[in-house]
Amino acid sequence: MRATRSLPAALVLAAVALAACHKKPEVAPAPAPAPVDTSALRAQHVRDSLAAIDAAKRAAEAAEKARADSIRAAEEAQKTMRATLTEMIHFDFDQSTLRSDAQAILDAKVPILQANPDVTIRIAGNTDERGSTEYNLALGQRRAATAKRYLVDHGIADSRIETVSYGEERPIAQGHDEDAWSQNRRDEFTITGGANGTLKKPSM
Amino acid sequence: MKRSLQLALALLCVAAPLLAQDSTMKGVRITLQYDPGVRPGVVVLPVSGVAGDSIRAMLQRDLDFGDRVNIVTIPDSMAAAIRSGVDSAGNMKRMNYGVFQTIGALAVVQATNTDRGLHVALHDVVRKQVIDVNEFALPQDTASRAWRMAVHRVSDEVERWITGVQGIAATRIAYVRSHAIHVVDSDGAGDITIPMVGEGLSPAWSPDGSALAYATFGENSRIVVYNLQTGLSRAFGERRNTNVSTPVFSPDGKTIVYTVAGENGSDLFAAPAAGGPPQRLTVGNGTDNSTPSFSPDGRRVAFTSGRAGPPEIYIMDADGTNADMFTSYAFTTKNYRSNPDWSPDGLTIAYQAYVPDQSGIFQIVTMSLRDRIPHQLTSAAENEDPSWAPDSRHLVFTSTRGGDKQLWVLDTQSGRIRQLTHAAATSRLAAWSSRLTP
Repeated sequence: MRATRSLPAALVLAAVALAACHKKPEVAPAPAPAPVDTSALRAQHVRDSLAAIDAAKRAAEAAEKARADSIRAAEEAQKTMRATLTEMIHFDFDQSTLRSDAQAILDAKVPILQANPDVTIRIAGNTDERGSTEYNLALGQRRAATAKRYLVDHGIADSRIETVSYGEERPIAQGHDEDAWSQNRRDEFTITGGANGTLKKPSM
Repeated sequence: MKRSLQLALALLCVAAPLLAQDSTMKGVRITLQYDPGVRPGVVVLPVSGVAGDSIRAMLQRDLDFGDRVNIVTIPDSMAAAIRSGVDSAGNMKRMNYGVFQTIGALAVVQATNTDRGLHVALHDVVRKQVIDVNEFALPQDTASRAWRMAVHRVSDEVERWITGVQGIAATRIAYVRSHAIHVVDSDGAGDITIPMVGEGLSPAWSPDGSALAYATFGENSRIVVYNLQTGLSRAFGERRNTNVSTPVFSPDGKTIVYTVAGENGSDLFAAPAAGGPPQRLTVGNGTDNSTPSFSPDGRRVAFTSGRAGPPEIYIMDADGTNADMFTSYAFTTKNYRSNPDWSPDGLTIAYQAYVPDQSGIFQIVTMSLRDRIPHQLTSAAENEDPSWAPDSRHLVFTSTRGGDKQLWVLDTQSGRIRQLTHAAATSRLAAWSSRLTP
């Protein structure tokens, strides 16, 4: 009778054992999560990430602006240098001597030409419409030669400067008065080579 | 013998067709008798046949432009009397000299188209006889430039018959418009441009009219010689940092003198026209020496120089020696005198000068090499760059009297002036050719 009684007990034990085997070892129950407002969190995330994007964008923009500014400044400097190199000089009637304003303009060209030894230029001498048409070709050549001599005297290689004369054949002002004439009595400066890339700034 | 026979025939006032007359007269010429102070009146009869109207119009205009005769037009009231002497073919059979005398003509030009060319007779109205006659071959194409030039040659010969001096109709004038070299007949017709090497200025004729020299300016400035017969151009004188300009041929055609403006002023150089190394003529020491013009004997050259300050005209030997100021002789004031052109008879130099002094306005002045007294020829607007016709009497020059710069022709003896070019663009820097032969 005992065996009969013990069987259910054994069964129980087995069942318990089985049950124990099947179950995970008991651990301390995890603390219940604190009550959290998840929608607010998500919004914060969105704000944070937007801010980050904004910041990155601003930074990129600032960098781009700085880059553009520096390019613009560089371009500006290039433009200024080119403008200085090509700035015209003017003469008095029937004269080929350099006025003081013309000397100042030539003086400004010298350091740029010195800093950029590959740059070559052409000086074109022009006259106003007065005087003999044919004699004016000689006067134009003389005006170009005078400016060239000044630059050569200031250390620019002779071979870098070409001179031509247009006489009175290329007026830039069409009038027949002193205002037009004074504009037309001029040397024009053209960069003819060595300036395809960037001009170097003269060292101060 | 032949002449007396002809005289007798003419005196008889025969009705025989004039074509039957001998076409050439040898020996002593009978010339028209007229007061040298008065231009003889000349009638050009209507011309029948091919391009007859054009031939007559050209003869009339050429003789008129020669400024040595007075073209008399036939009044309507006299037309019938003249027509009565014309046969059905349009040829004059009988010359009614009395009618021409009535209308003030001393000479009558009668041109007739024949199968051999243009038969031309000159009638002396007072003597009532033909005093000159010849036949001129004309090219077939009446629209060609050669045909017009052939008719101009007829005019020039007729002018010689009447006045003893050959006309200047068979000439051309080269000039600059929009930096292209143009060539136009002396009457303003037949304007053409020549093929250009670069932008041109300052055309100059070779003595025989077969070539033109001109200069280009700016980059690659050079002297170009264009051969009008072959159509080929040859360029020389190109040098870095140098402007070459104002070429002229020597009267023998063998040399071209031109201006070389370099790093130190400008000087005249002479180069063989056929090519070869140039030789320096002037030593300007930094001054400008430009716009040469040969004396007709080729031994001297007039040019503009600034060696004494303001531009003045100088004359030197053709080898560059013995340069002497020409223009200052009669003047004491500072001026601007330039662009001399030596007359083909060698007696006079035309140039441009500021009138009044320092006004900045050029006028045409001539000065005889003998007395060196300047004669101002123009005063209306601005007038510059004179060039003599082969008769040493007419000048072509640039004037603003009609507005923009155009070419005008002045008869220096009568003061009569006519406009040669009409265009929207300016016309300037004229050079008159010699008499052109076929």
